[in-house]
Amino acid sequence: MTKMVKELIANSPLIGLLALLLVIPGFIENQYVLQVMIFVGIYIVLVLSLNLLNGYVGLLAIGHAAFYGIGAYASAKLSIELGFPFLLSFILSGIIAGFFGFILGRPTLRLTGIYLALATLGFNVIVWLIMLNWMDFTHGPLGIMDIPQPELFGYKIESRTDYYYLMLAFVVLTLFSIHRLVSSRFGRALVAIREDELAAEASGIDTTRYKVQAFILAAFYAGLAGSFYAHFVKYVSPDSFTHMESFSILAMLALGGGGNLLGPVVGASILTVVPEAFRFLDEYRMFMYGGILVVMMLVRPMGIFGASSYSFRLKLFDEKEKSYDKGDKFIDLGDDTGGKTPEGSA
Amino acid sequence: MLKLTDVHTYYGHFHALKGISLEVGDGEIVSLLGGNACGKSTTMKSILGMVKAKQGTIEYDGRQISGLPPSDVVRAGISPVLERRRLFPELTVEENLTMGAYLRSDKAAIKADAEKMAELFPIVAERRKQLAGSLSGGEQQMVAMARALMASPRLLIMDEPSMGLSPKYVETVFEVIQDVNAKEGVAMLLVEQNANMALSIAARGYVLQTGEIVLSGSADELLNNPQMQKAYLGVA
Repeated sequence: MTKMVKELIANSPLIGLLALLLVIPGFIENQYVLQVMIFVGIYIVLVLSLNLLNGYVGLLAIGHAAFYGIGAYASAKLSIELGFPFLLSFILSGIIAGFFGFILGRPTLRLTGIYLALATLGFNVIVWLIMLNWMDFTHGPLGIMDIPQPELFGYKIESRTDYYYLMLAFVVLTLFSIHRLVSSRFGRALVAIREDELAAEASGIDTTRYKVQAFILAAFYAGLAGSFYAHFVKYVSPDSFTHMESFSILAMLALGGGGNLLGPVVGASILTVVPEAFRFLDEYRMFMYGGILVVMMLVRPMGIFGASSYSFRLKLFDEKEKSYDKGDKFIDLGDDTGGKTPEGSA
Repeated sequence: MLKLTDVHTYYGHFHALKGISLEVGDGEIVSLLGGNACGKSTTMKSILGMVKAKQGTIEYDGRQISGLPPSDVVRAGISPVLERRRLFPELTVEENLTMGAYLRSDKAAIKADAEKMAELFPIVAERRKQLAGSLSGGEQQMVAMARALMASPRLLIMDEPSMGLSPKYVETVFEVIQDVNAKEGVAMLLVEQNANMALSIAARGYVLQTGEIVLSGSADELLNNPQMQKAYLGVA
């Protein structure tokens, strides 16, 4: 009982935030504000998925918009040409993007640093060129129009508010599942690879396999985000998935800070809202965007929440540091996470 | 226990190991000596599967392990302590040890082993919540050994455990190696430049020179070998 109360209080910031996000559409009359919030949600998922690679495994992947685009086009094609219901095309586009993640990841993950960055960037450009030139399949620069609105269990998603709640559910599920992933045995292996790949290998971690798996997962989530985007905007065109889009996602991660779950959420929120908030400055608003990044790199190069792990929990009831006595529990493997994980060790 | 027969390893066209044969018996401490760039580390990497031996066989408990990936070699019971320690710097000492036991799923036994490590290496218990990167070189060496032992190996391969340590710590490290060997019965293959130190605790030794074993024998034989004294032991 008390344990439950403690859990509730420890999670109170998260619960409070969620409650606020649940009621907030009732107080927002401006549909445009809701639209911006929906885009914040899409970018949160994109940055969280890129964070799996760049934040947890320490890879430098910079072509993430490719998977975002593959998911969007896959979902558009599946629902228009094959008439698949939303949920089915949504999940399938994640899987299709994941498959492309495997195709790209398997041969390129032997590369590190700048070489991997170039390979992923190249992949992004290739995907964009295919979208632009394969007229029969993608309609080239015209894009694909009239993507049907989602229908979930007989309920048609139509208004901005409907989309908002769908987005909220999507973001919460993504956060929750990625949280479970990174605090598992799998997540510990990823962090070990980031910390020292050779030592990870010496501990018996099959580093190539884990890197490929992380790549597939990151592509999967990006594909889901693409599908959501396609069904929200109801139109996809190659312009939305260029390398500039990849750089935006990367900038959000850099601003928020990787290797934890809070940084991507904050980074995506700030860099989606800022260009909108400064819309009155017309084209000069991108100065703000660039300015924030420049100042950030000077003041805090690891990002707002980088360099350490943060969790959404209040740390009220952490046990105090104890000096070690014999008979004390030395390594705590009590829960399924097996010892301390980065997420829990704020 | 471990038996290398005529192992050849190449880096591109460079012939790094030119037919290495050596053996480590159950519970034995064996040292592999030699100067810089003579193939010590390559031998270790070949055993672990981090580089592939092009020719020759590596057997462990009568089973062929050459060609296996490192994860399978570790699973078979060979655990390495890498050159320059290579801890996970941003993880705590405790988390480093947990990673050492990555392939094991017997939680109770892992905990028991962690307790054992705390006894064998007092520094591990003392600094368990500290980030591994913030420890001194000697302390890191202790944690690296503890991490490797957490895999519950039957053979520990140590690459230059004395590198970069103060003379006092070198002694401590070698005492601990002896201690672990005596208490846990873990066989050791010590890859070292510090021939005096290594031979003082080893039963046997091999001397490598440009990818070939030029001398081998019991520790006493090597210590008294005139060639050896001149080249490695600093006896005039």
